Amino acid sequence: MAADSAHASQKSQDEETRRDFLYLVATAMGAVGAGAFAWPLVNSMNPSADVLALASTEVDLTPIEVGQSLTVVWRGKPVFIRHRTEAEITEAAGVSLDELPDQEADSDRVVKPEWLIVGGNCTHLGCVPLGQKTGDEKGEFGGWFCPCHGSHYDTSGRIRKGPAPENLPVPPVEFLDDNTIKIG
Amino acid sequence: MSEHLKTNNAVIKWIDHRLPVFSMMNETMIDYPAPKNLNYWWNFGSLAGLALVVMIVTGIVLAMQYTAHVDYAFNSVERIMRDVNGGWLVRYIHMNMASFFFIAVFIHMFRGLYYGSYKAPREILWMLGVVILLLMMATAFMGYVLPWGQMSFWGATVITNLFSAFPLIGESIVTWLWGGFSVDNPTLNRFFALHYLLPFVIVGVVAVHLWALHRFGSNNPLGIEAKGPQDKIPFHPYYTVKDAFGVGVFLLAFSGFLFFAPNFMGHPDNYIPANPLVTPAHIVPEWYFLPFYAILRSIPDKLMGVLAMFASIGILFILPWLDRSPVRSAKFRPVYKWFFWLFFANCLLLGWVGQEAAEGLPLLLGRLATAYYFIHFLVILPLLGVMERPKPLPVSISEPVLKGGGALAGAAAKPMEKA
Repeated sequence: MAADSAHASQKSQDEETRRDFLYLVATAMGAVGAGAFAWPLVNSMNPSADVLALASTEVDLTPIEVGQSLTVVWRGKPVFIRHRTEAEITEAAGVSLDELPDQEADSDRVVKPEWLIVGGNCTHLGCVPLGQKTGDEKGEFGGWFCPCHGSHYDTSGRIRKGPAPENLPVPPVEFLDDNTIKIG
Repeated sequence: MSEHLKTNNAVIKWIDHRLPVFSMMNETMIDYPAPKNLNYWWNFGSLAGLALVVMIVTGIVLAMQYTAHVDYAFNSVERIMRDVNGGWLVRYIHMNMASFFFIAVFIHMFRGLYYGSYKAPREILWMLGVVILLLMMATAFMGYVLPWGQMSFWGATVITNLFSAFPLIGESIVTWLWGGFSVDNPTLNRFFALHYLLPFVIVGVVAVHLWALHRFGSNNPLGIEAKGPQDKIPFHPYYTVKDAFGVGVFLLAFSGFLFFAPNFMGHPDNYIPANPLVTPAHIVPEWYFLPFYAILRSIPDKLMGVLAMFASIGILFILPWLDRSPVRSAKFRPVYKWFFWLFFANCLLLGWVGQEAAEGLPLLLGRLATAYYFIHFLVILPLLGVMERPKPLPVSISEPVLKGGGALAGAAAKPMEKA
């Protein structure tokens, strides 16, 4: 049945020949070959094994006193670790979700409330916000202030005011023991 | 010209009217009339072109991972081999395709020698080819220095020291080439810059090479000009298919080396980091330089050896005027044909001598083969042009195929008469 109809259609349209079929198959084969050659070249630009091997960072929290902050490097970018005071924890937990542009509860952003660990690049265009050092401007909400385009983050690293669309991201964090974390 | 472009696509027509790229592609790759009797030896031009493209594409990707500094170069290459995704594949393609590029180009050149493709009116076409060969040799040499292994370092030292042979200015030239008093970081940096640049210069010369080629079209196995359209066929589909088939065979042989013996044509010493204090016991260049290296070593004088080596390529520039025979193809030159094969065997012998230690029998054979190399060009070719009695040439490309076949000849009778 199928063979018959194929035969009939070949007769009705005399442009379709075995040569057209070969032409298509040969071109397709060439395209597959070019793709097979292109893929390793493209893939070689993805992160290499030595880069992936640096994709986790361990941090000893012991020297960080309450109220102090530490910036560590994870995947080439800063991560903010803040040993929050009781006041900061209360403030972060007390905010109603309706007030937040990017609604997220503080409890969803920390493993232990006294340790806030967030990515240190503004979600607007990637600058590093101020607020880690004692003398830094911390913005209107006591967290961080990005000097590039004026984004204000609160004590949970959530965006409160300014052009940034999202909260400072929370990286994957695991407590190896009470005072050691693994980021990534 | 553009009236030959057959398309109903309005966008293509609009663009082509303003920038006739489609017409040009049509004229050079589709409708381009080529002699209808080209054999498989004519595949190697397009294969060399393919090799050039593969080298540039893989080279750009490798350059993204490579560090041109004496302290990091070797390790950055090892990182490519071990850590970069598919880096081993990209580097082995680049390494082995370099050899296959030379294989294709050497066969392409011997084909030109056998069929007299360098003769009028294709002298400039041939000379541009020799320029491409020189650029390739410079590029390959500098590329071999980049991994900064023992062979890289000592190859660079030996080859740059060639220039010290020139009296008075030699030492200054070498210091200038090195950017210091030995092959060191400045040398590596400039070699990397030039290794990246020269392939694009090659692309430019290839474009001019093709321009010159398309002026009179390809030579052919009979070595006689096409007498008219009946002697030619359109490039597409006849030669696109033939070239594509050649590419398949070429890549099959290439894959054999790539996947089963990727270091066959390399030297283990280059996997030892460069050490300016120790020279490897046996240093040899890559195989494609061996015949020229043999010529260099067979002359006992430093300056003369260097000059002889450069002359062995330089002499190709004046080949069209050394071979005075009006007949192109060796098919109709009963004596030249034998001398061609003798010359070919002599080149292989030089290659063998080049990788042996320069003493005893290899040294003697190298001296004889070097002498014969130049005798071939300077004595045999000019004499043959006068003394050889060529066989009668066919009237046209079609004639040897069609003569005697009554029915076929009848069909082609009209164009034959025109010819």
